[in-house]
Amino acid sequence: MEHVVIIGNGIAGVTAARHIRKKSDKRITIISSESKYFFSRTALMYVYMGHMRFEDIQPYENHFWKKNRIDLIEDYVDEVDFQSKTLKLLQTPPIHYDQLILATGSKSNKFGWKGQDYHGVQGLYSKKDLDLMEQNTRGIKEAVLIGGGLIGVEMAEMLLSRDINVTFLIREKTFWGNALPETDSNFVTQHLKRHHGLTLLFEEELDEIIPDDSKRVKEIKTKKGKIIPCQFVGLAAGVSPNVDFLKESELEIDKGILVNPDLSTNQKDVYAIGDCAQFKTPINDRAPLEQVWYTGRMMGETVAQTIVGNQMNYKPSHWFNSAKFFDLEYQTYGRVWSELKENESSFVWKHDKDEVSLNFVFDKNSKEFKGVNTFGLRLRHELFEKWLTEKASIQEVLQNLKTANFDPEFFKSFEKDVVDAFNHQFGESVKLAPKKWWRKLMLDKV
Amino acid sequence: MGTTINYSIAGDKTQNLNVTQKLGLTLASISLFILLLTWLTGLTLTPNWLFLGILLFGFSAGPVLYAIGTYKGLPAGIKNNGVYFNSLTNRGALGWIGAIILTLFYVCLYWYGDWFGDGTGAKGANEGTVALFDPLSQILRGKPADKWFLYGTFYTIAIVFLGVKFMYKYRKNRYHFIRTVVVMFSQLVLAYMLPYILEGLNANSGGYYSLNPVNSWPLNSDFLTGSRIDARIAPENQPLGVGYMVWGIILFLVVTPFVTYLVGKRWYCSWFCGCGGLAETAGDSFRHLSDKSIKAWKIERWLVHSVMVFVMLMTVAVMYSYFAKSEFKLMMYFPAWVGYSLLFGLLGLAVLLFLFLYIKGKGKSRNFMLVAAVISMVMIVSMLLSYLGNNSQAFGVSSNTIKKGYGFFIGAIFSGIVGVGFYPLLGNRVWCRFGCPMAGYMGIIQRFKSRFRITTNGGQCISCGNCSTYCEQGIDVRAYAQKGQNIVRAACVGCGVCTSVCPRGVLKLENGPEEGRVNDNPIIIGHNGHPTLRM
Repeated sequence: MEHVVIIGNGIAGVTAARHIRKKSDKRITIISSESKYFFSRTALMYVYMGHMRFEDIQPYENHFWKKNRIDLIEDYVDEVDFQSKTLKLLQTPPIHYDQLILATGSKSNKFGWKGQDYHGVQGLYSKKDLDLMEQNTRGIKEAVLIGGGLIGVEMAEMLLSRDINVTFLIREKTFWGNALPETDSNFVTQHLKRHHGLTLLFEEELDEIIPDDSKRVKEIKTKKGKIIPCQFVGLAAGVSPNVDFLKESELEIDKGILVNPDLSTNQKDVYAIGDCAQFKTPINDRAPLEQVWYTGRMMGETVAQTIVGNQMNYKPSHWFNSAKFFDLEYQTYGRVWSELKENESSFVWKHDKDEVSLNFVFDKNSKEFKGVNTFGLRLRHELFEKWLTEKASIQEVLQNLKTANFDPEFFKSFEKDVVDAFNHQFGESVKLAPKKWWRKLMLDKV
Repeated sequence: MGTTINYSIAGDKTQNLNVTQKLGLTLASISLFILLLTWLTGLTLTPNWLFLGILLFGFSAGPVLYAIGTYKGLPAGIKNNGVYFNSLTNRGALGWIGAIILTLFYVCLYWYGDWFGDGTGAKGANEGTVALFDPLSQILRGKPADKWFLYGTFYTIAIVFLGVKFMYKYRKNRYHFIRTVVVMFSQLVLAYMLPYILEGLNANSGGYYSLNPVNSWPLNSDFLTGSRIDARIAPENQPLGVGYMVWGIILFLVVTPFVTYLVGKRWYCSWFCGCGGLAETAGDSFRHLSDKSIKAWKIERWLVHSVMVFVMLMTVAVMYSYFAKSEFKLMMYFPAWVGYSLLFGLLGLAVLLFLFLYIKGKGKSRNFMLVAAVISMVMIVSMLLSYLGNNSQAFGVSSNTIKKGYGFFIGAIFSGIVGVGFYPLLGNRVWCRFGCPMAGYMGIIQRFKSRFRITTNGGQCISCGNCSTYCEQGIDVRAYAQKGQNIVRAACVGCGVCTSVCPRGVLKLENGPEEGRVNDNPIIIGHNGHPTLRM
């Protein structure tokens, strides 16, 4: 029986394993040094905040793996011998593979800051990081976070839930400025500022971490010379592929493991998926590295097909993503770049009191809908996927906004205001259609 | 590898209470003290209206103040910080103490009412705790209180004021706001005030029957008991009695199936029902304690449907015995053979319906239809033998014995002690999930013939587990959401909390055409290479 070995039990590796099992009888082994059972990485914050226990963020019951004949090994892969197709592990005897899937994920970026290895300084990516953070933050009063992105805002929410005051150093002029347009970024900032104990410092960078006698962080100095006392420093300046153990091997690596469109690497029968994979040629409008839950899942689905003999290239559809900034929900469908492209125009609608904001991007000339950022209002993925595929116009999207709304029943409706504002701003006459059953709309042709 | 870290040492916020929280706790503690004092010592406090006032004020204002202190100044949003660090909500010492006190309260209520001083004084006057409630009872229904009046008052206060807490906790969420207003209204007006006021107006002078218009059969398992039927048609109780009789029949025969078809069982379970009302308000802090395992789901299906079948069987048995009595009051309207025909006819129809569903059905669950048909046929045969043998017991056992058994095991132990007493240990919906026959009945409709479902928003799920954790009914919502599958489950009471706690906006409660409601082979969209053929 062929043996498929997967290194890494995150969403990418586990999805691959599940889909291989669905379509084949191959022997499947997942190796992870992080935890025996798969858990949702994005949910680690909720364990720290006391919303859930660690076992609650494990999507499958423990008997699932045995039932589906997926072997789990809790160990660290020290070395891969691609010639003899053998993995050397720290504690377990070597393992032979017929096909190898590398799904090793990421690690937090450390940019060589002075003092980055003192006690109380850490990133947040893995289960071990969470355990460390639990120990590092016990009983402390002040923390500093470096990097204004999603992990940073998660860490801020976590620390605030334990009554720890947070100073957030953000290199850019606005929050998550490399991903969000300025207006959206400001909207998020406005929400963040409503939370007591959180101080945002824009255009500030870390200069140096200063320890006390026990080599524990005591304070930090910013590039502008400001001294901030703190007992914890969270490094949240992004992540990079976790591939150090492969650096010496014949595997072709740039930032991540270089892969072809079918996720294969330069080594025979070796594939890379998820955070650690870097496409040699970017697909569509996508970045070569996409460290997101959804892309990890989709790559897992894809590689499984290839492994079971149904050769397949990675074909992500339109971009989508979501996040939550404290209490502010965010979803995006299609592309809303931080800077508008030359041919693009945007329509922004905001309701400050109810904390709802929509940012639609469309082609200036053809009026083709390109993407939307939505804050504080949920939108239906299916319809936007359809509209993007069929190149619907901005007018058509807005006209059907009531049907695209995914908020719970009885929630306040803003669609009329949105459409009125659009008509006013662009001299259009879009007529808001009454809400209909969304699946009916799915059948309409654009 | 795999160090175990205890996350529950740090961050217990109960250490730093603010002034409002302290005030709320003080008021509630004073009330708890008065309750325990009168309960345990039998002391009769005078003047009773003053102590009743303090007692009720503390139990109502206390929790509301505590909630204000907890949530004030925070932006609207999900407030689950520290739920698993808190001794009360994480099966810690406080949780156990709470469960024990609640359980003892129920034990006394059901079997040792005199501990509360119910009619223990001279000439049957009240003493102790119950005596405190006399003034309120006099106002509402013109007679002294009893232990059930005490219980009803506590129950209503819990729903109304912890309902205020719930609305404040989920403020800006209009689904929760509206449904909680309805639940509060249903309990306060329909289940509490209306019945007591009608009682005060002698609506029950011709015999007792439930005056709560939302207490539907089969949850109200007594509805078709002979004595209740007699009470409803007694001349003294007209025209109200017959009105309740007709409404009660319409409620379970027409309203329940039809509304459940339209919007799911939530209209009852999390909008109008008293048990559900208490679970949604007082029980909200314990919703995460429900068991999400597949094993628990299996137990749930067997248990809830067994209780449902049992109630139906019991109802047939008591009705049969009722018609077998030579002087049943309904005889004024029709003779016994009409009643018998009705019973045999209904059971016969049920057999046909089950067989029809068995033949038409798909999948494993259709076998249950066959089981149901067989049970119904056995009932018909047994009843027929009794009828031919001139026996007044439908199934060879006294219907009174069946009723008593049900009252003890299901009514008291299951719905009371385990159902509410164990809130802090097993979660707030144990009765609704594992026991309630009404939930079983509506669950079948909701699963097989309804417009209700929870829709999953495309590919946005990140498998975080908040939805499953905070599902009071123990549904593993995530298992569906991460596959992009609609959630169509008999157990769902439509509380909507899964959609609230979802950080990615994935879930939505919806009523819509049945087509495509059950999607067993979902495709997660956003991936053109998604393997559409699933195992």
